[in-house]
Amino acid sequence: ISGKILDDKQAGLAAATVRLNGATAGVRAGEDGSFKFPNLAPGRYTVLFEHVGYIPLQKEVTVTAGAATTLNVTMAVLSTSLSEIVVIGYGSERKKDVTGAIASITSKDFQQGQITTPEQLIAGKVAGVSVISNSGAPGAGSTIRIRGGASINGSNDPLIVLDGVPLNPSSIAGAANPLDLINPNDIERVDVLKDASAAAIYGNRASNGVILITTKKGQRGKPKVNFSTQLSVSQLSKEAGVLSPGEFRDYVKSHDTTAAGNFRNLLGASNTDWQKAIYRTAVSTDNNLSVSGAVGNKLPYRVSVGYTNQDGILKTSNLTRYSGDISLAPVFFDDHLKVAVNLKGAQVKQRFANEKAIGAAVSFNPTQPVYSGKNNYGSYFEYTDPSSVTGLKSNAPRNPLGLLEENRDVSDVYRTVSSVAFDYKLHFLPDLHINVNLGYDGAKGSGTQTIPAYAASNLNTYTDSNGVSYSGLSRKYRQVSNNRLMEGFLNYSKNIAALNSHVDVVGGYANQKFSNTTYNYASNFADGTLNPNSLPTYPSSINEYILTSLYGRVNWVYNDKYILTGTVRNDYSTKFAPADRSGVFSSGAFAWRINEEKFLQNNKVISNLKLRLEYGVTGNQEGIGSYDYLSDYSMGTATARYQLGQSYYYVYRPGAYYPGRTWETTTTQNIAIDYGLWGDRITGSVDYYTRKTKNLLATATQSALTNFSNQITANIGNMKDEGVEFNINAKAIDKQSIGWTMGFNITYNHNTITNLTALPGQTSSGLLIGNITGGTGNTVQINQVGASKYSFYLYQQVYDAKGKPIDGLFVDGKKDGVINQNDLHVNKSPDPKAYLGFSTDFRYKRWGAGLVARASFGNYVYNNVASYTGIQSYMLNPIGTLNNGSRTVLSGNLIGSNDKSLLSDYWLENGSFLRMDNVHLSYNLGKVIAGKGDLRISANVQNVFLVTKYQGVDPEVSSGIDNNFYPRPRTYVLGVSWSL
Amino acid sequence: CNKNTILEPNDQVTAGAVYSTAAGYKSVLAKLYGAFALTGNNGPAGSGDIAGIDEGTSDFFRLFWCAQELPTDEAVVSWADAGLPDFHSMSWSASNTFLAGLYYRSTYQITLCNEFIRQCSDASLSSRGITGDSATMVRYYKQEARLLRAYQYWVLMDVFGNPPFSTEADALGSATPKQIDRASLYKYIMSELKDMEGSLAAPHKNEYGRADQAAAWALIARVALNAKVYTGTANWDDAVTYSKKVIDAGYSLVKDYTHLMLADNYNNTSEFILTINYDGNATQNYGGSTFMTHAPVGGSEKAAAFGIDGGWAGIRATGNLIDLFPAPTSTAFPNNGNPDTRAEYWMDGQTKAIADVSVYTNGYSMTKYRNVDVNGAMGKNINFADIDIPVFRLAEQYLIYAEATLRGGANGDASQALTYINKLRSRAYAGNGGTIAASDMTLNFLLDERGRELYWEGFRRTDLVRYDKFTDASYLWPWKGGSKNGVGVSAYRNLFPLPTADLSVNPNLKQNTGY
Repeated sequence: ISGKILDDKQAGLAAATVRLNGATAGVRAGEDGSFKFPNLAPGRYTVLFEHVGYIPLQKEVTVTAGAATTLNVTMAVLSTSLSEIVVIGYGSERKKDVTGAIASITSKDFQQGQITTPEQLIAGKVAGVSVISNSGAPGAGSTIRIRGGASINGSNDPLIVLDGVPLNPSSIAGAANPLDLINPNDIERVDVLKDASAAAIYGNRASNGVILITTKKGQRGKPKVNFSTQLSVSQLSKEAGVLSPGEFRDYVKSHDTTAAGNFRNLLGASNTDWQKAIYRTAVSTDNNLSVSGAVGNKLPYRVSVGYTNQDGILKTSNLTRYSGDISLAPVFFDDHLKVAVNLKGAQVKQRFANEKAIGAAVSFNPTQPVYSGKNNYGSYFEYTDPSSVTGLKSNAPRNPLGLLEENRDVSDVYRTVSSVAFDYKLHFLPDLHINVNLGYDGAKGSGTQTIPAYAASNLNTYTDSNGVSYSGLSRKYRQVSNNRLMEGFLNYSKNIAALNSHVDVVGGYANQKFSNTTYNYASNFADGTLNPNSLPTYPSSINEYILTSLYGRVNWVYNDKYILTGTVRNDYSTKFAPADRSGVFSSGAFAWRINEEKFLQNNKVISNLKLRLEYGVTGNQEGIGSYDYLSDYSMGTATARYQLGQSYYYVYRPGAYYPGRTWETTTTQNIAIDYGLWGDRITGSVDYYTRKTKNLLATATQSALTNFSNQITANIGNMKDEGVEFNINAKAIDKQSIGWTMGFNITYNHNTITNLTALPGQTSSGLLIGNITGGTGNTVQINQVGASKYSFYLYQQVYDAKGKPIDGLFVDGKKDGVINQNDLHVNKSPDPKAYLGFSTDFRYKRWGAGLVARASFGNYVYNNVASYTGIQSYMLNPIGTLNNGSRTVLSGNLIGSNDKSLLSDYWLENGSFLRMDNVHLSYNLGKVIAGKGDLRISANVQNVFLVTKYQGVDPEVSSGIDNNFYPRPRTYVLGVSWSL
Repeated sequence: CNKNTILEPNDQVTAGAVYSTAAGYKSVLAKLYGAFALTGNNGPAGSGDIAGIDEGTSDFFRLFWCAQELPTDEAVVSWADAGLPDFHSMSWSASNTFLAGLYYRSTYQITLCNEFIRQCSDASLSSRGITGDSATMVRYYKQEARLLRAYQYWVLMDVFGNPPFSTEADALGSATPKQIDRASLYKYIMSELKDMEGSLAAPHKNEYGRADQAAAWALIARVALNAKVYTGTANWDDAVTYSKKVIDAGYSLVKDYTHLMLADNYNNTSEFILTINYDGNATQNYGGSTFMTHAPVGGSEKAAAFGIDGGWAGIRATGNLIDLFPAPTSTAFPNNGNPDTRAEYWMDGQTKAIADVSVYTNGYSMTKYRNVDVNGAMGKNINFADIDIPVFRLAEQYLIYAEATLRGGANGDASQALTYINKLRSRAYAGNGGTIAASDMTLNFLLDERGRELYWEGFRRTDLVRYDKFTDASYLWPWKGGSKNGVGVSAYRNLFPLPTADLSVNPNLKQNTGY
């Protein structure tokens, strides 16, 4: 057999390896891509072509006696067919050689529409990964949970690695979300390492999974230009259900029993929909231009710029982003040295809306007007009281629109994530690569907040010794972060023909230093006078830590059927005392490609069947302070001084002790089947996993008199997760002119806290969490042994025969005749029992259409909006104010003055939902511009509909407590893209 | 490899640096005192000392006040903070957040004192080169720390009975503390106080806000007065002896009772022995006198008259407290034209009877604490009060002397006691015939007089327990035990329970009987 191997530009591809199936040895193709196997016996042969950076190719030929067989092939570049490979830590692997639980989403499968922040690209797309946007504010972040998260009080956020640089997990001052400084349009693919065996190579920070983001790169070939623009219009999808002005009047008149009409007198003559007053229809644009190609076939490049201007539906909120991305991948020394340069930068200018206006609009008296017609208080209507110091009625709510428009909170944030990676293939030993990565993740955020002197919210906040009062606010803030990564690793990859094996070994060292500096400034009043109470104790606070790691991995493929992977990583973190710094995390996995066995080789149905068995240990150190173990003294602020004699002294307070605090460790076991049917028309996988976390970073009560804090975050307790993930993808129709694909995934996860005490045999009383609005210090959740984390902890409401709640009556669970905290009981969890995602795409000739939907079952939500406002004692408030409230006041008819009312399970609702995230339609107009390129237009609707029994605005709250968060809008998007 | 690299924060200081100078010692001393007045390192809130409780409610005096006043005839609260109404209805559980807050506030302050006392050892001082006058000063600090610790152990003994116990001899975190029983703790407190009192500054000779000998005597007198409750054996003699020491140390009553709890009451040093110092600008939190000025104001009360931005419409008194005073003759602010000027309460728009505890307008609210000065001018800040709260003041010592004498203190003088009580009466009635005869001065009269003189200052529960009137049905008030007209409750509620949270981590602790 002889022939020639060509690349996608039909040029000869040098140095490809060609092997005959069954044979262990191969030949190398020459400079022009030619190869030859002389003198073969007649028969059928499988020829395997392999080349780094290209998709392996397999061809069947028949050699007949005495005749030459010619086999010319074209190999495709790997990156053009991303689904065949999987990005893992420190390298990539062929999908079929993967042993761990890894999900890969490439750009063609991303969520579409107005996506401002990268993590939203994969929402609903991956089994076991839940991505819940924290709010509908422009650029708002998301709560990402991979298999539910492994910690209690440590961080549950996955590690995010962008082009090899683990990102700084801390927030950036002035940014709604540190990830919104990364333009999603520059992202090529996202790989999620879900289980420990896959993630253990990132040992120290991998307990909550790892998300690897790979950005788009230049490709050899002629330059490609892509321009896309989209215009979107967002609207409020649902108002919070409150009483209409008419209902409100009736309610107040019928419930005000005061002789003087204390509450009736507060009714006005207007009819105002306060929610209409604070929300708007918001218009946004997103524009991206990119050019990619290669200079002289030696220097692949991609350059892109982006401009986003997004208005939020809550008035005044806006995000403007300018982003740029340069990616260069020059090669030197005859392809022996590859350099990858990624320079990414963005500027975000943001105006934050005062989100207090959302709750204020729910409860502001609808019979009062928006504007007073007078000039004071910015001409907004406010409750006044001439006898009070400020002229405003004390404790009265403030005008919701005034809260918004009188608060100017703007920021200016820059971030760059850049890296240079060297990959040197030794001249004398080309199987060995030396890699050096240098990465930098830096950000600078600053902002100002100003409130004018006339604003009702900040009137007379300070009076000096001469009796002069000051109002308004002007403050600034600034934060700078510098995080650098240095690492080097060796990679040895070798086919060992004699052993019928392929071995891939990685070993390396990494050092990453994180540094965040927050500058502290005093604030001023509106007239520029310094507020002496705001003088900072220190001009800046610097937070630094260093992670140092040694790691290694072996991947051994035997006979293309049996794959063994082992990893080990040793980490040192300066967040712990020197004696407790070291953590060793390791994993092992085995995969069996059953379809390669003889009994399945010619099976018509099963095209892929792989069994994976995985075990690994990972660590977590996020969510705790950098210097805690030092137990230093910190100085109080200017407003926390104490008078001794005639002087006010700044006080020194000793910090809590953290004896022996170290890594939280998580052990994961995973059993999985990957399958493919009918030539991989149907593919998917089923995973069953258990995960046990020990040395939990959990809030632990300290025995009184033994520490300077009664609770610290210590390594205490154990937790267990168990889950099943299933996904199936089908190519129902796969023809040139028509195609139809479907993807479905479902995840079941169950969490149990198994221990929360340091001493064996002790019972923990549990830790109360989940602060709510209403009363002081009320909490509705608990972490308790035997229950899921953040389970609700409430009184059981007693109902009358008609099913109405009886005011102030609760079940005496302890049967001791009194209702007190002993009767609270653990109820339901905010985590769903199961959640699923469904997406489908259909194309016909130039048309494309698709949808993405998500659903969640068994997640419970504490409706804090209803519990706080939907009671008579809130609406006709004893402090002398009149408020609107949730419509539940009409059905429940509760007075709600009992201290247990807020903690009633009456307010706990099933938050199961089905949400249509996106429907989209596109049409390819073809070469209509100058007869070149493709012009594509598309239309999207995001957040199309929500089906739920939950009575509040939106049950999808990651904490399980719904308290007036910025609602997710419904968005209509029109897009045009032109590629050349 | 950075295996041993220590990265130091730039906004914190190591213990070594703090204690390298006498000024550093003073800043920690300011924290020992400041922990009474502040809830954390950021005023008013943001970096709390105590976890597991809303920071605004974690203030020492606010928590102590709630435990001492809300379960009694002196106060009810309308708020729906979980567990707060359980005080008045006497249905608290061992998981009560406010009780846990008080417990951890007191033990926190003791822990601070223990560490400070350790750092004040002579060996530490000489090794740090602190000598001469500086060393003398630090030695005073150390004795004051012992006094503050004794005070907090008294709080624990009185409220929780049998708390865990540790001193400067127990290194931090070395072992789980042992429990101490109430009688042993009484012994410890008394011996500690008697051991240190001579080493403190003489009365009136220390800085404002710092403890002197009179503070130690005042505490001894208070503890001795309740000795029978704590140990089963009375100690009237010490109560007489030490209250007399205070009285003879040159203190005198402030002229006008209604000036006691005002924004400029730092001028009341003739009567105040030790105070918790608040300042509207420099010492901000949501407890202490800010709580005492905001929480009672609501209804038709004008916030401006209290020097505040607006009331919190929470606390009022039961009719029992109101009825201790003669009937009001007008609605003149603040004492309704009452011949007893101490009767400072607000009636307009309120009912004396309490039909519903949660309704603010049920019950009169006391107007004793006002963030205005004697001339009616506002304090420094409308959100945070300037009023200093006396921990010990002379009036209490008069009452201790009288009661201990009446109960059989061998060294007491009944006619002297009557003179003292009539000093209080004369001030209260502005000289107009409030004085009583020797025959009027019964034990029950003294309990009532304590109510009139010391109401809302954090004494009532201790007093009712000493008089055996706290839990049983011999003395009732509206909504005692959760019943409108009041019912008796089990005697075990004379003590509060140890918090469940500490029981679950300290196996040495045994819960108080009944819980």
